[in-house]
Amino acid sequence: MNALDIFRDAVGESGAVCIRGGGTRWTVGGLPRSGTREVVAPSGVKRHDPAEMTVSVGAATPLGDLREALRPTGQETTLEGPDGCTVGGVLAVGHSGLRRARVGALTDALLEARCIGANGRAFTAGGPTVKNVTGYDLCRLLVGSLGTLALMGEVLLRTRPAPEHAMWLEGEVEPDEVVAVCYRPSCVLWDGTTSNVCIEGYQVDVVEEASILKRLGFREVGGSPVLPPFRGRWAGNLPDGAVLEIGTGVLHQPLPADLPRVDPAVARVAGRVKVSFDPTGRLNPGRDPYREVA
Amino acid sequence: MWKRRRKPSDPLLRDLIEVLGPDRVTDGSAARRLYSRDGSVIEGGRAGPVCFPETTSEVVGCVQAARVHGRAFVPRGAGTGLTGGSVPCDDPVMIVTTRMNQILEIDRGRRVAWVQPGVVNLDLAHHLAGSGLHFAPDPSSQQACTIGGNVANNSGGPHCLAYGVTSAHVAAVEVVLSDGTVVVLGEEQGDSVGLDLRGAFIGGEGTLGVATKIAVRLTQDPPKVATLLLDFVEVADAATTVSAIIAAGVLPAALELMDRRVVEAVEPFVHAGYPLDAAAVLIVELDGLPGGVAHEVGLVTRIGLQGGARTVRLAADDAERDRIWKGRKSAFGAIANIRPDYYLHDTVIPRTKLAGILEEVYAIAERHDLLVMNVFHAGDGNLHPLLLFDSREPGVMEKVLAAGEEIVRASLAAGGVLSGEHGIGLEKRRFMSLQFSPEDLAAQDALRRAFDPDGIANPLKVLPTGASCGDVNALDIVPDGVWI
Repeated sequence: MNALDIFRDAVGESGAVCIRGGGTRWTVGGLPRSGTREVVAPSGVKRHDPAEMTVSVGAATPLGDLREALRPTGQETTLEGPDGCTVGGVLAVGHSGLRRARVGALTDALLEARCIGANGRAFTAGGPTVKNVTGYDLCRLLVGSLGTLALMGEVLLRTRPAPEHAMWLEGEVEPDEVVAVCYRPSCVLWDGTTSNVCIEGYQVDVVEEASILKRLGFREVGGSPVLPPFRGRWAGNLPDGAVLEIGTGVLHQPLPADLPRVDPAVARVAGRVKVSFDPTGRLNPGRDPYREVA
Repeated sequence: MWKRRRKPSDPLLRDLIEVLGPDRVTDGSAARRLYSRDGSVIEGGRAGPVCFPETTSEVVGCVQAARVHGRAFVPRGAGTGLTGGSVPCDDPVMIVTTRMNQILEIDRGRRVAWVQPGVVNLDLAHHLAGSGLHFAPDPSSQQACTIGGNVANNSGGPHCLAYGVTSAHVAAVEVVLSDGTVVVLGEEQGDSVGLDLRGAFIGGEGTLGVATKIAVRLTQDPPKVATLLLDFVEVADAATTVSAIIAAGVLPAALELMDRRVVEAVEPFVHAGYPLDAAAVLIVELDGLPGGVAHEVGLVTRIGLQGGARTVRLAADDAERDRIWKGRKSAFGAIANIRPDYYLHDTVIPRTKLAGILEEVYAIAERHDLLVMNVFHAGDGNLHPLLLFDSREPGVMEKVLAAGEEIVRASLAAGGVLSGEHGIGLEKRRFMSLQFSPEDLAAQDALRRAFDPDGIANPLKVLPTGASCGDVNALDIVPDGVWI
């Protein structure tokens, strides 16, 4: 039996199950109902093909192991998080990283997922190539679904060349000024008085962009600022102590944000999707993708 | 548009006239014939009343009228699709979005534009020209195809290699569901809240509802663009160079391959400077900040020359760059001079297997005594073999379909997929079970049923059901018991 078969058997055909990754964002979307049986997906980097720009891994592979496997070829994925969190966990939670403007949204990272459905059978979503519109785009649906539709066992991720050089800068400058002068900065953060900017690419370009920013009043800093722990959404004002990601509307704030208001008509579609994939509600009961702030 | 002289007796038509007025709905035989086809070779579709709504509430009215009268509906943009995705089966209400062609709002600060689905892709490009921003997906049909169609097919184009296909550039979609409900899926900014229903809807080929407003993301224009033309005496060398470029850590904005027959067809018209004795040419476009672009031009030049390129030409100015692209984009038109008809395929293979698969494609065409041309998005392994033929030649269609099927099977055998950007429609339903297991297809059907429990949104498309589409020709034969 291969690792996926073992995982399938662990999930079984009945009884409530929840999937455990690194546990770094365990409370997102609510805790699994008590008494729910825990399962763990296969782990390990199976294959990295730099000329295809793909990497195939078990969903429980720690992000640190994935980074280690990609380092020799100078490639990276769009998944962000501490080394201890898992690939499957990052995908299930579905938050794009800070560098989204450069690397793209997290949802676009997933090319193919070998999953176990609520009926205990394995199925594959997506396909093995970097471009694919064959059938419905189930991969997009799985990212951010908190394991409530199917459990990802193995995934194929898109990789891309890692930047040759990266630099963070900080300055008491309005973010609009940064956006006006920079070509696709990887990240622009704004706390109400200070902008923090990440620029990445070939060293010659990063140095040139940095000199433009320095003329505006920026100075080079060691890395990303420490961000407050909770996520929120920009609603026209910056809460106390919050940091706004320019371009994505994501807030990093010191206090938990209110849950998003969801249009009842959208909630009805989401409810039908859930029932369609998991009629008995056995996958990650207690978790709800709408009970978290993206 | 179409004037009716007398009150219709058909109650469905009466209800549609109630919604749209008499001028924007017709059941005339000419219109129904016209809207029974798309850009594919598929014939035999049967359209019901053809509707031209202009607003979301009119689309709701059309969907409800179809529903009340027990009919299906088929959303349709410009009809440039190549797989029969908008070819109607069994007289559905045709919801044609071409009159929903307004660019509603452009937010340059947040880099989002709301458009109606009938906005033509190139019209949006022209509208944005000079603003420093653009909509990245640029299908070869962009002069005619609509943004709504791009959403339905999750369309690509040459510049999707580095920037991603339509899904990566659509932030939110307003959708009329098959029960007449209007929902907005996705967010103008950031990740979707809850399930990514936006991502699931895109590429749904009109089977999940009708897109009535689309929030597209706008991408900053690159400060520097360099376009290179590499020519090769061996197709295999060109193909191998493609993966060598990617493996070297360069992600070009576009990386296109054209073979000898395409070059011979377009060069006399376009004068792009393609060498007529080349077996294949590569167009490599690099963009970004000037320092990086200069570095990558050097790198690609070296890789090309090491890989067997005879010459590497860097477009000296915008005019030369435009000529190089004009040749690529007018390839399909120029083919009419060789044969009156063509059947364009669309599969994807792992890009490292390009050389071998191209050899196979040539061999398949030769076995069937057909001409084949290749002009395609080599950078992401998205093959577009064109089988050329004259439909007046008896029995030729059978040969074309047989060769096409062999190409599809060869692509799958190489670890590829059925479609990179054209979708499944009616054309490739019968191949779905070659790529997917019954469990895989059941999972896809679960999504479809959640959006359209009664199966009235563009039925019989995408998934093989065993049922056939009206009078549609032999393309649509699904062997019994393949999958239900």
